[in-house]
Amino acid sequence: MQERTDMEKECAMLNYIWAFMIITGVVWAAVHDNIAAVTQGFLDSAAGAVDLCVTMLGVVSMWSGILKIGERSGLVDRMAGRMEPILHFLFPDLPAGHPARRSIAVNMIANMLGLGWAATPAGLQAMKELEELEEERRAAKKSAAEAGAASREMCTFLIINISSLQLIPINMIAYRSRYGSAAPAAIVGPAVMATAASTFAAVLFCRAMNRRRKV
Amino acid sequence: MSFILWLSDSLIPFAILFIVGFGVLMRRPVYDDFAEGAKEGAKTVFGVLPALVGLMTGVGVLRASGFLDAVSGVLGRWTQMAGLPPQLLPVAIAKLFSSGAATGLALDIFQTSGPDSPLGLAVSLMLSSTESVFYTMSIYFLSVKVKKTRYTLPGALLATLAGIAASVFLAGQI
Repeated sequence: MQERTDMEKECAMLNYIWAFMIITGVVWAAVHDNIAAVTQGFLDSAAGAVDLCVTMLGVVSMWSGILKIGERSGLVDRMAGRMEPILHFLFPDLPAGHPARRSIAVNMIANMLGLGWAATPAGLQAMKELEELEEERRAAKKSAAEAGAASREMCTFLIINISSLQLIPINMIAYRSRYGSAAPAAIVGPAVMATAASTFAAVLFCRAMNRRRKV
Repeated sequence: MSFILWLSDSLIPFAILFIVGFGVLMRRPVYDDFAEGAKEGAKTVFGVLPALVGLMTGVGVLRASGFLDAVSGVLGRWTQMAGLPPQLLPVAIAKLFSSGAATGLALDIFQTSGPDSPLGLAVSLMLSSTESVFYTMSIYFLSVKVKKTRYTLPGALLATLAGIAASVFLAGQI
Protein backbone atom coordinates (compact mmCIF):
# COMPACT_ATOMS: atom_id res chain seq x y z
CA MET A 1 0.00 0.00 0.00
CA GLN A 2 2.63 2.48 1.15
CA GLU A 3 4.93 1.59 -1.74
CA ARG A 4 2.18 2.51 -4.16
CA THR A 5 1.52 5.95 -2.66
CA ASP A 6 5.28 6.61 -2.75
CA MET A 7 5.45 5.85 -6.41
CA GLU A 8 2.37 7.92 -7.15
CA LYS A 9 3.91 10.97 -5.49
CA GLU A 10 7.22 10.55 -7.29
CA CYS A 11 5.17 10.31 -10.48
CA ALA A 12 3.36 13.56 -9.67
CA MET A 13 6.66 15.46 -9.74
CA LEU A 14 7.95 13.46 -12.65
CA ASN A 15 4.93 14.47 -14.73
CA TYR A 16 6.34 17.98 -14.89
CA ILE A 17 10.01 17.04 -15.17
CA TRP A 18 9.42 14.47 -17.90
CA ALA A 19 7.06 16.67 -19.91
CA PHE A 20 9.66 19.45 -19.67
CA MET A 21 12.39 17.15 -21.01
CA ILE A 22 10.38 15.85 -23.97
CA ILE A 23 8.79 19.16 -25.01
CA THR A 24 11.96 21.23 -24.57
CA GLY A 25 13.99 18.61 -26.43
CA VAL A 26 11.74 18.47 -29.48
CA VAL A 27 11.11 22.24 -29.65
CA TRP A 28 14.80 23.05 -29.13
CA ALA A 29 15.80 20.62 -31.88
CA ALA A 30 13.18 22.05 -34.26
CA VAL A 31 14.35 25.62 -33.65
CA HIS A 32 18.02 24.68 -34.09
CA ASP A 33 17.32 22.58 -37.20
CA ASN A 34 18.43 19.38 -35.47
CA ILE A 35 15.18 17.39 -35.60
CA ALA A 36 16.59 14.23 -37.23
CA ALA A 37 18.85 13.69 -34.21
CA VAL A 38 15.78 13.54 -31.93
CA THR A 39 14.41 10.43 -33.63
CA GLN A 40 17.78 8.76 -33.22
CA GLY A 41 17.84 9.93 -29.60
CA PHE A 42 14.45 8.27 -28.94
CA LEU A 43 15.53 4.97 -30.48
CA ASP A 44 18.97 4.82 -28.84
CA SER A 45 17.79 5.72 -25.34
CA ALA A 46 14.85 3.33 -25.35
CA ALA A 47 17.13 0.49 -26.40
CA GLY A 48 19.76 1.67 -23.89
CA ALA A 49 17.25 1.40 -21.03
CA VAL A 50 16.60 -2.27 -21.85
CA ASP A 51 20.34 -3.01 -22.06
CA LEU A 52 20.81 -1.38 -18.68
CA CYS A 53 18.00 -3.43 -17.13
CA VAL A 54 19.66 -6.65 -18.30
CA THR A 55 22.82 -5.73 -16.32
CA MET A 56 20.74 -4.61 -13.35
CA LEU A 57 18.70 -7.81 -13.38
CA GLY A 58 21.80 -9.74 -12.33
CA VAL A 59 23.28 -7.31 -9.80
CA VAL A 60 20.03 -6.22 -8.15
CA SER A 61 18.66 -9.79 -7.88
CA MET A 62 21.89 -10.96 -6.27
CA TRP A 63 22.00 -8.10 -3.78
CA SER A 64 18.29 -8.33 -2.92
CA GLY A 65 18.81 -12.03 -2.21
CA ILE A 66 21.67 -11.28 0.19
CA LEU A 67 19.69 -8.54 1.93
CA LYS A 68 16.70 -10.89 2.31
CA ILE A 69 18.93 -13.22 4.36
CA GLY A 70 19.83 -10.26 6.59
CA GLU A 71 16.19 -9.32 7.00
CA ARG A 72 14.94 -12.88 7.73
CA SER A 73 17.72 -13.71 10.18
CA GLY A 74 16.79 -10.71 12.35
CA LEU A 75 20.00 -8.81 11.56
CA VAL A 76 18.14 -5.53 10.97
CA ASP A 77 16.34 -5.84 14.34
CA ARG A 78 19.57 -6.78 16.11
CA MET A 79 21.42 -3.79 14.68
CA ALA A 80 18.52 -1.43 15.43
CA GLY A 81 18.78 -2.44 19.09
CA ARG A 82 22.38 -1.20 19.15
CA MET A 83 21.39 2.30 17.98
CA GLU A 84 20.44 3.58 21.47
CA PRO A 85 23.63 5.66 22.11
CA ILE A 86 23.23 7.35 18.70
CA LEU A 87 19.53 8.03 19.30
CA HIS A 88 20.34 9.45 22.71
CA PHE A 89 22.86 11.81 21.10
CA LEU A 90 20.56 12.92 18.24
CA PHE A 91 17.25 13.04 20.10
CA PRO A 92 18.03 14.18 23.67
CA ASP A 93 14.36 14.99 24.42
CA LEU A 94 12.84 11.78 23.06
CA PRO A 95 11.67 9.85 26.15
CA ALA A 96 13.40 6.54 26.94
CA GLY A 97 11.36 3.57 25.72
CA HIS A 98 9.24 5.68 23.36
CA PRO A 99 8.08 3.57 20.35
CA ALA A 100 9.48 6.17 17.91
CA ARG A 101 13.02 5.16 18.97
CA ARG A 102 12.51 1.72 17.51
CA SER A 103 11.00 2.98 14.21
CA ILE A 104 13.76 5.57 13.76
CA ALA A 105 16.44 2.93 14.41
CA VAL A 106 14.92 0.47 11.93
CA ASN A 107 14.60 3.22 9.32
CA MET A 108 18.25 4.23 9.74
CA ILE A 109 19.62 0.68 9.62
CA ALA A 110 17.46 -0.21 6.59
CA ASN A 111 18.71 2.93 4.81
CA MET A 112 22.34 2.07 5.60
CA LEU A 113 21.89 -1.39 4.09
CA GLY A 114 20.01 -0.03 1.09
CA LEU A 115 16.72 -1.72 2.05
CA GLY A 116 14.50 1.05 0.68
CA TRP A 117 11.29 -0.95 0.93
CA ALA A 118 11.88 -1.64 4.65
CA ALA A 119 13.06 1.91 5.38
CA THR A 120 10.03 3.88 4.18
CA PRO A 121 7.28 2.12 6.20
CA ALA A 122 9.43 2.35 9.37
CA GLY A 123 10.13 6.02 8.63
CA LEU A 124 6.45 6.87 8.17
CA GLN A 125 5.67 4.99 11.38
CA ALA A 126 8.33 7.08 13.15
CA MET A 127 6.74 10.31 11.86
CA LYS A 128 3.33 9.18 13.15
CA GLU A 129 4.75 8.39 16.60
CA LEU A 130 6.66 11.67 16.73
CA GLU A 131 3.47 13.54 15.83
CA GLU A 132 1.62 11.76 18.68
CA LEU A 133 4.43 12.70 21.05
CA GLU A 134 4.16 16.34 19.98
CA GLU A 135 0.38 16.24 20.48
CA GLU A 136 0.95 15.11 24.07
CA ARG A 137 3.46 17.91 24.57
CA ARG A 138 1.01 20.43 23.14
CA ALA A 139 -1.67 19.19 25.54
CA ALA A 140 0.81 19.69 28.39
CA LYS A 141 1.82 23.09 26.94
CA LYS A 142 5.42 21.92 26.64
CA SER A 143 5.68 22.04 22.88
CA ALA A 144 7.89 24.41 20.90
CA ALA A 145 5.94 23.67 17.71
CA GLU A 146 2.36 24.79 17.09
CA ALA A 147 -0.19 22.44 15.49
CA GLY A 148 0.79 21.67 11.87
CA ALA A 149 4.46 22.48 12.50
CA ALA A 150 7.31 19.98 12.60
CA SER A 151 8.67 19.03 16.02
CA ARG A 152 12.39 19.21 16.78
CA GLU A 153 12.61 15.40 16.52
CA MET A 154 10.91 15.39 13.12
CA CYS A 155 13.36 17.97 11.77
CA THR A 156 16.35 16.02 13.08
CA PHE A 157 15.01 12.70 11.80
CA LEU A 158 14.35 14.00 8.28
CA ILE A 159 17.60 15.95 7.98
CA ILE A 160 19.60 12.85 8.95
CA ASN A 161 17.47 10.71 6.63
CA ILE A 162 17.97 13.09 3.68
CA SER A 163 21.71 13.37 4.35
CA SER A 164 21.79 9.82 2.93
CA LEU A 165 22.95 6.88 5.03
CA GLN A 166 23.36 4.24 2.33
CA LEU A 167 26.71 2.46 2.67
CA ILE A 168 26.71 0.29 -0.46
CA PRO A 169 25.41 2.06 -3.59
CA ILE A 170 24.55 -1.15 -5.42
CA ASN A 171 22.50 0.47 -8.22
CA MET A 172 25.31 2.87 -9.04
CA ILE A 173 27.74 -0.05 -9.23
CA ALA A 174 25.40 -1.76 -11.72
CA TYR A 175 25.12 1.41 -13.87
CA ARG A 176 28.88 1.87 -13.88
CA SER A 177 29.47 -1.73 -14.85
CA ARG A 178 26.97 -1.44 -17.74
CA TYR A 179 28.75 1.64 -19.12
CA GLY A 180 32.12 -0.06 -19.23
CA SER A 181 33.80 1.00 -15.99
CA ALA A 182 37.14 -0.74 -15.41
CA ALA A 183 36.36 -0.86 -11.67
CA PRO A 184 32.62 -0.39 -11.00
CA ALA A 185 33.04 -0.83 -7.22
CA ALA A 186 35.95 1.64 -6.95
CA ILE A 187 33.43 4.22 -5.76
CA VAL A 188 32.38 2.22 -2.66
CA GLY A 189 35.09 3.58 -0.33
CA PRO A 190 34.82 7.21 -1.47
CA ALA A 191 31.01 6.95 -1.43
CA VAL A 192 31.14 5.88 2.23
CA MET A 193 33.34 8.93 2.91
CA ALA A 194 31.03 11.30 1.01
CA THR A 195 27.99 9.88 2.81
CA ALA A 196 29.84 10.31 6.12
CA ALA A 197 30.60 13.94 5.21
CA SER A 198 26.97 14.77 4.40
CA THR A 199 25.69 12.98 7.51
CA PHE A 200 28.33 14.71 9.66
CA ALA A 201 27.16 18.11 8.37
CA ALA A 202 23.56 17.09 9.12
CA VAL A 203 24.44 16.00 12.69
CA LEU A 204 26.35 19.23 13.40
CA PHE A 205 23.43 21.30 12.11
CA CYS A 206 20.85 19.37 14.18
CA ARG A 207 22.98 19.57 17.34
CA ALA A 208 23.34 23.32 16.89
CA MET A 209 19.56 23.69 16.41
CA ASN A 210 18.88 21.48 19.44
CA ARG A 211 20.95 23.83 21.62
CA ARG A 212 18.94 26.85 20.56
CA ARG A 213 15.96 25.62 22.59
CA LYS A 214 13.12 27.90 23.50
CA VAL A 215 11.06 25.71 25.85
CA MET B 1 43.78 6.92 0.72
CA SER B 2 44.86 3.27 0.94
CA PHE B 3 42.10 2.74 3.52
CA ILE B 4 39.51 4.05 1.05
CA LEU B 5 40.82 1.71 -1.65
CA TRP B 6 40.73 -1.18 0.80
CA LEU B 7 37.13 -0.26 1.67
CA SER B 8 36.14 -0.27 -2.02
CA ASP B 9 37.64 -3.72 -2.49
CA SER B 10 36.42 -5.38 0.67
CA LEU B 11 33.17 -3.78 1.87
CA ILE B 12 30.89 -5.82 -0.40
CA PRO B 13 32.62 -9.22 0.08
CA PHE B 14 32.75 -8.74 3.87
CA ALA B 15 29.14 -7.51 4.00
CA ILE B 16 28.07 -10.65 2.12
CA LEU B 17 30.19 -12.85 4.41
CA PHE B 18 28.76 -11.15 7.49
CA ILE B 19 25.12 -11.40 6.39
CA VAL B 20 25.32 -15.00 5.18
CA GLY B 21 27.37 -15.99 8.25
CA PHE B 22 24.82 -14.40 10.56
CA GLY B 23 22.01 -16.21 8.73
CA VAL B 24 23.78 -19.57 9.20
CA LEU B 25 24.36 -18.81 12.92
CA MET B 26 20.64 -18.02 13.28
CA ARG B 27 19.92 -21.38 11.60
CA ARG B 28 18.05 -19.78 8.70
CA PRO B 29 17.64 -21.67 5.41
CA VAL B 30 19.96 -19.10 3.80
CA TYR B 31 19.71 -20.29 0.22
CA ASP B 32 15.88 -20.33 0.35
CA ASP B 33 15.88 -16.79 1.76
CA PHE B 34 18.37 -15.73 -0.91
CA ALA B 35 16.26 -17.19 -3.71
CA GLU B 36 13.15 -15.44 -2.43
CA GLY B 37 14.95 -12.08 -2.19
CA ALA B 38 16.51 -12.51 -5.63
CA LYS B 39 13.05 -13.16 -7.08
CA GLU B 40 11.80 -9.91 -5.52
CA GLY B 41 14.88 -8.11 -6.84
CA ALA B 42 14.20 -9.37 -10.37
CA LYS B 43 10.60 -8.20 -10.08
CA THR B 44 11.82 -4.77 -8.91
CA VAL B 45 14.04 -4.42 -11.97
CA PHE B 46 11.20 -5.38 -14.32
CA GLY B 47 9.05 -2.89 -12.42
CA VAL B 48 11.45 0.00 -13.03
CA LEU B 49 12.04 -0.86 -16.72
CA PRO B 50 9.18 1.36 -18.01
CA ALA B 51 10.35 4.26 -15.81
CA LEU B 52 13.92 3.87 -17.07
CA VAL B 53 12.74 3.79 -20.68
CA GLY B 54 10.78 7.00 -20.07
CA LEU B 55 13.52 8.87 -18.23
CA MET B 56 16.39 7.78 -20.44
CA THR B 57 14.35 8.73 -23.51
CA GLY B 58 13.60 12.15 -22.00
CA VAL B 59 17.28 12.78 -21.32
CA GLY B 60 18.25 11.25 -24.68
CA VAL B 61 15.98 13.69 -26.50
CA LEU B 62 17.41 16.63 -24.54
CA ARG B 63 20.94 15.45 -25.33
CA ALA B 64 20.26 14.84 -29.05
CA SER B 65 18.52 18.21 -29.46
CA GLY B 66 21.66 20.00 -28.29
CA PHE B 67 19.80 21.51 -25.30
CA LEU B 68 22.04 19.87 -22.64
CA ASP B 69 25.19 21.18 -24.33
CA ALA B 70 23.67 24.66 -24.51
CA VAL B 71 22.77 24.57 -20.80
CA SER B 72 26.25 23.34 -19.85
CA GLY B 73 27.74 26.12 -21.97
CA VAL B 74 25.76 28.78 -20.14
CA LEU B 75 26.28 27.25 -16.69
CA GLY B 76 29.97 26.69 -17.39
CA ARG B 77 30.80 30.36 -16.99
CA TRP B 78 29.54 30.34 -13.41
CA THR B 79 30.47 26.83 -12.31
CA GLN B 80 34.04 27.26 -13.53
CA MET B 81 34.52 29.88 -10.83
CA ALA B 82 33.38 27.41 -8.17
CA GLY B 83 35.66 24.76 -9.67
CA LEU B 84 32.74 22.54 -10.69
CA PRO B 85 32.21 20.82 -14.04
CA PRO B 86 29.08 22.42 -15.61
CA GLN B 87 27.39 19.04 -16.28
CA LEU B 88 27.12 18.35 -12.53
CA LEU B 89 24.71 21.18 -11.79
CA PRO B 90 21.67 19.86 -13.73
CA VAL B 91 22.16 16.45 -12.04
CA ALA B 92 22.31 18.09 -8.61
CA ILE B 93 19.17 20.15 -9.25
CA ALA B 94 17.24 17.16 -10.67
CA LYS B 95 18.28 15.08 -7.65
CA LEU B 96 16.57 17.52 -5.27
CA PHE B 97 13.22 16.59 -6.85
CA SER B 98 13.58 13.10 -8.26
CA SER B 99 16.20 10.37 -8.03
CA GLY B 100 14.91 8.92 -11.30
CA ALA B 101 15.43 12.11 -13.31
CA ALA B 102 18.92 12.56 -11.80
CA THR B 103 19.78 8.95 -12.68
CA GLY B 104 18.73 9.60 -16.30
CA LEU B 105 21.12 12.58 -16.51
CA ALA B 106 23.91 10.63 -14.78
CA LEU B 107 23.60 7.77 -17.27
CA ASP B 108 23.91 10.31 -20.08
CA ILE B 109 27.18 11.49 -18.52
CA PHE B 110 28.41 7.87 -18.29
CA GLN B 111 27.61 7.45 -21.96
CA THR B 112 29.31 10.64 -23.14
CA SER B 113 32.27 10.95 -20.71
CA GLY B 114 32.60 7.43 -19.30
CA PRO B 115 32.00 6.27 -15.70
CA ASP B 116 35.73 6.40 -14.85
CA SER B 117 36.31 9.98 -16.08
CA PRO B 118 36.67 12.63 -13.34
CA LEU B 119 33.14 13.81 -14.18
CA GLY B 120 31.76 10.24 -14.18
CA LEU B 121 33.33 9.55 -10.78
CA ALA B 122 32.03 12.80 -9.31
CA VAL B 123 28.50 12.07 -10.48
CA SER B 124 28.69 8.46 -9.21
CA LEU B 125 29.67 9.70 -5.75
CA MET B 126 27.20 12.57 -5.75
CA LEU B 127 24.20 10.35 -6.46
CA SER B 128 25.43 7.81 -3.89
CA SER B 129 25.72 10.35 -1.09
CA THR B 130 22.57 12.49 -1.52
CA GLU B 131 18.80 11.97 -1.35
CA SER B 132 15.96 13.65 -3.20
CA VAL B 133 15.30 16.47 -0.70
CA PHE B 134 11.89 17.75 -1.78
CA TYR B 135 10.48 14.34 -2.64
CA THR B 136 11.49 12.83 0.73
CA MET B 137 10.23 15.83 2.68
CA SER B 138 6.91 15.76 0.87
CA ILE B 139 6.10 12.10 1.55
CA TYR B 140 7.20 12.18 5.17
CA PHE B 141 5.59 15.49 6.15
CA LEU B 142 2.39 14.88 4.15
CA SER B 143 1.93 11.57 5.97
CA VAL B 144 1.44 13.47 9.27
CA LYS B 145 -0.12 16.59 7.68
CA VAL B 146 2.72 18.88 8.77
CA LYS B 147 2.88 22.08 6.71
CA LYS B 148 5.48 24.14 8.59
CA THR B 149 8.71 22.26 8.13
CA ARG B 150 10.78 24.75 10.19
CA TYR B 151 14.52 24.19 9.79
CA THR B 152 14.27 20.88 7.92
CA LEU B 153 14.90 22.35 4.46
CA PRO B 154 18.00 24.43 5.36
CA GLY B 155 19.44 21.43 7.21
CA ALA B 156 18.71 19.02 4.36
CA LEU B 157 20.17 21.41 1.78
CA LEU B 158 23.28 21.91 3.92
CA ALA B 159 23.78 18.13 4.17
CA THR B 160 23.26 17.79 0.39
CA LEU B 161 25.79 20.55 -0.29
CA ALA B 162 28.31 18.82 2.01
CA GLY B 163 27.72 15.56 0.10
CA ILE B 164 28.27 17.25 -3.27
CA ALA B 165 31.42 19.07 -2.09
CA ALA B 166 32.85 15.83 -0.64
CA SER B 167 32.00 13.97 -3.88
CA VAL B 168 33.78 16.49 -6.10
CA PHE B 169 36.79 16.55 -3.77
CA LEU B 170 37.01 12.73 -3.46
CA ALA B 171 36.53 12.22 -7.22
CA GLY B 172 39.66 14.34 -7.71
CA GLN B 173 41.60 12.08 -5.33
CA ILE B 174 40.83 8.72 -6.99
